[in-house]
Amino acid sequence: MTARKLLVVGNGMAAGRVLETLFETAPGAYDVTVFNAEPRVNYNRIMLSPVLSGEKTYEDILIHDDAWYAANGVDLRKGARVDAVDTAAKTVTTADGTVHGYDKLLIATGSGPVIIPLPGHRLPGVVTYRDLDDVDAMVAAARAGGRAVVIGGGLLGLEAAAGLKARGMDVTVLHLMPTLMERQLDPAGGYLLQRAIEDRGIEVICKANTEAILGTDRVEGVRLADGREIACTLVVMAVGIRPATALAKAAGIAVARGVVVDDQMRTSAADVLAVGECVEHRGACYGLVAPLYEMAKVAAKTLLGEAAAYEGSVTSTKLKVTGIDVFSAGDFAEGEGRQEIVYRAPGVYKRLVLKDDRLIGAVLYGDTADGGWFFDLLRGGTEVAAMRDTLIFGPAFAGAAPLDPTAAVAALPDDAQVCGCNGVCKGTIVKAITDKGLTGLDDVRAHTKASASCGSCTPLVEKLLVATLGGAYAAAAVPPMCKCTDLGHDEVRRLIVAKELKSIPAVMQELGWKTSCGCAKCRPALNYYLLCDWPGEYEDDQQSRFVNERVHANIQKDGTYSVVPRMWGGLTTPDELRAIADVADKFKIPTVKVTGGQRIDLLGVKKEDLPAVWADLGKAGMISGAAYAKGLRTVKTCVGSEWCRFGTQDSTGLGVKLEKMMWGSWSPAKVKLGVSGCPRNCAEATCKDIGIVCVDAGYEIHYAGAAGMHVKQTEVLTLVATEAEAMEIVAALTQLYREQGRYLERIYKWAARVGGDSIRAAVVDDLDKRRHYAARFHHSQRFAQVDPWAERVGGRHAHEFAPMAALGIGEAAE
Amino acid sequence: MNEATEHLVAVGRLDDIPRQGARVVRTAFGDLAVFRTADDGVFALRNACPHRGGPLSEGIVHGRSVTCPLHNWVISLETGEVEGPDHGCTAVIGVSVADGVVRLDLSRLAAAMAVAAE
Repeated sequence: MTARKLLVVGNGMAAGRVLETLFETAPGAYDVTVFNAEPRVNYNRIMLSPVLSGEKTYEDILIHDDAWYAANGVDLRKGARVDAVDTAAKTVTTADGTVHGYDKLLIATGSGPVIIPLPGHRLPGVVTYRDLDDVDAMVAAARAGGRAVVIGGGLLGLEAAAGLKARGMDVTVLHLMPTLMERQLDPAGGYLLQRAIEDRGIEVICKANTEAILGTDRVEGVRLADGREIACTLVVMAVGIRPATALAKAAGIAVARGVVVDDQMRTSAADVLAVGECVEHRGACYGLVAPLYEMAKVAAKTLLGEAAAYEGSVTSTKLKVTGIDVFSAGDFAEGEGRQEIVYRAPGVYKRLVLKDDRLIGAVLYGDTADGGWFFDLLRGGTEVAAMRDTLIFGPAFAGAAPLDPTAAVAALPDDAQVCGCNGVCKGTIVKAITDKGLTGLDDVRAHTKASASCGSCTPLVEKLLVATLGGAYAAAAVPPMCKCTDLGHDEVRRLIVAKELKSIPAVMQELGWKTSCGCAKCRPALNYYLLCDWPGEYEDDQQSRFVNERVHANIQKDGTYSVVPRMWGGLTTPDELRAIADVADKFKIPTVKVTGGQRIDLLGVKKEDLPAVWADLGKAGMISGAAYAKGLRTVKTCVGSEWCRFGTQDSTGLGVKLEKMMWGSWSPAKVKLGVSGCPRNCAEATCKDIGIVCVDAGYEIHYAGAAGMHVKQTEVLTLVATEAEAMEIVAALTQLYREQGRYLERIYKWAARVGGDSIRAAVVDDLDKRRHYAARFHHSQRFAQVDPWAERVGGRHAHEFAPMAALGIGEAAE
Repeated sequence: MNEATEHLVAVGRLDDIPRQGARVVRTAFGDLAVFRTADDGVFALRNACPHRGGPLSEGIVHGRSVTCPLHNWVISLETGEVEGPDHGCTAVIGVSVADGVVRLDLSRLAAAMAVAAE
């Protein structure tokens, strides 16, 4: 029987593996011709990164050399591009016009890099990262030195960046998403990865939207949408791959995202098979090598008429950058009926996702040694209930008796380091506890220095106390922030500053959050703490804010909003009132009401109307009154000495000055002020968070009042002679509260907790401290005093105010 | 094509929805909320909390849950059920995401919204 004719289009790793299997199983069954658009033999494409970094050479990564093709009788046409397939005549036509007939055709065209059609993307110096030619181009560019910009912070982009850095270039990675490798890693893993990449001297800019590639004859730089320009001599586009389907599509073969194949790797055309990155199987396309090999085995069997089925693959990912260990596999999303197990240690993050007592996903960072073991459990659908408690510690613990956390600490060797700051080992702590009869955390801190510096090992030290003393140890009852952590608010705030944590994922990783992304309790708190502690540096996370602070209006019970423009010190003008009246008419606002804080509330505004309402109010000079904010609300005043026959000072004027100083500030909870012009106290200043009562001798400063669920009269902080002093003390007091207050804790609660003496000492008695706190407040205000309404009228966060779609009755019916 | 895919209606792109956020889709039977989680899971619910009808699209999204902005009830994005000690359920709408396009399964929309409204 004469061998049948097999034509193969493409000579990548998938095609290579099909041929290998074919020749091993049934040598001589087919007479094979391979058309390879690349002018070379089959090489290991996933090892391009080590070639780029110089750790390997092209020869190292060859899979099949010329001799192999010859030995198997394969007619390899290097540099031969196939232009057309005729599935009826069963022929292919190459670029030079020759026609070849086939009995079976294997399409293995792989995938091509996605190229963003930015202005300048055709300039010399713009490369993709896909094949050896790309690597050669990058190596050549690296020789000339300068800066490379890599667009894309996924697997390929980071490997390209590391390679170019190893070749001596300065490298900047631009990534559109907030965290690196977001398709494989959750935010905590992405945060650690970014730090490791930056530690190698590679600059990383996330949320970077590239607008244009600059240059006339060749690349000179890139420009971001925010106007930043980065000079560079090389741009690598590594934003993803797309199945190469043009040939199949033109031949009338069914193509969706990829060339559609069944479980036997057959396409819609008779005698045409497809494998590799160009195919779509059961709706999935793969860009990793393991699935391609599985497909290749099945394709070879189908070609030989043997029964075989490919049923899709569970994939795992590893980043090939030397010294950075990242592993992810399966589905690691959170969800109903899923439990997650999170383990964090310095530089290490592990997360397992379980469903029905089976492992369905894993993310490992820093310590990936157990990746293979987890992957086996995952693929095998192994029941893990029996070893659930120790699962995250890997196979070393598997099958052992379940450990509770205290027992796990007790099992640590004596030389295990507990406190990294002061280098204190477990043995030292246990010895101190038993020898010196220590009974509490403070004792341990005093005697051993363990947990006395940054404090992040405090939970570990407490567990040691429990393990050593048993029931005799009673932990200090610090209520944790939420179920995501054992740390209280104060500890978290202290550590944010001490460890210079500047993002939510950084806090969660470094402080050992027990969940991957936090909850609705801790996220708004962390967002505030970071905003307060790093003014101008931390970028507000909109999705960690309650709706009112996200859309800058107060949500009402029917889902409409109320709008309150600022009226400085309760003053308004005929023009402002006319504008408010016009807005109420124009937008058919059902209710207009005077508030308790001396301003006007427009109630019942539709969300879509908000930007237009603000635009009209803005034209009349009004800004947001922040009536929704955990921040400064109003400064209520009486008319004072300007009009009132009893007034002792210009209370209205001072109120306006205070409001101009403090508007826009965020705080742990809302802050309301009042300024009364005399002790008759018409502005009700003595039930405000901060109140000023003017007297003949000057200004009596009050604080810690409340008139809500709890009614509490203010306490007198001090009496000062001048307005300037009063304002400085109010600024310092507010800042002290901002830095010490727990999220949602009003001033009166904060004052009761920390004690009035400590507050008075800091903002009244110690002039230096007072000035420092006031200066920090004013610094923070430089970034806070931006009218959120004007920003949104200008288009910021436009998605908040429009539905994603409005479906007509026809689409929605049935 | 099975019956469900015939009723898939494209409502926009994945990128139109902020991570850990939501967008509203208006329909003749009432509003839907389409959520995107931190890991790009997309879910759609009737945009009404089973408690007092609060717009879930405005809540904070955490894990695969959303906390209603009105009274902090926590609703599962996957089942529409209230989590924790409270009880109730809001209608879940099927979602398909392919090539970055979000499609909703509106085959049983009228029934889902009618039952949910009771």
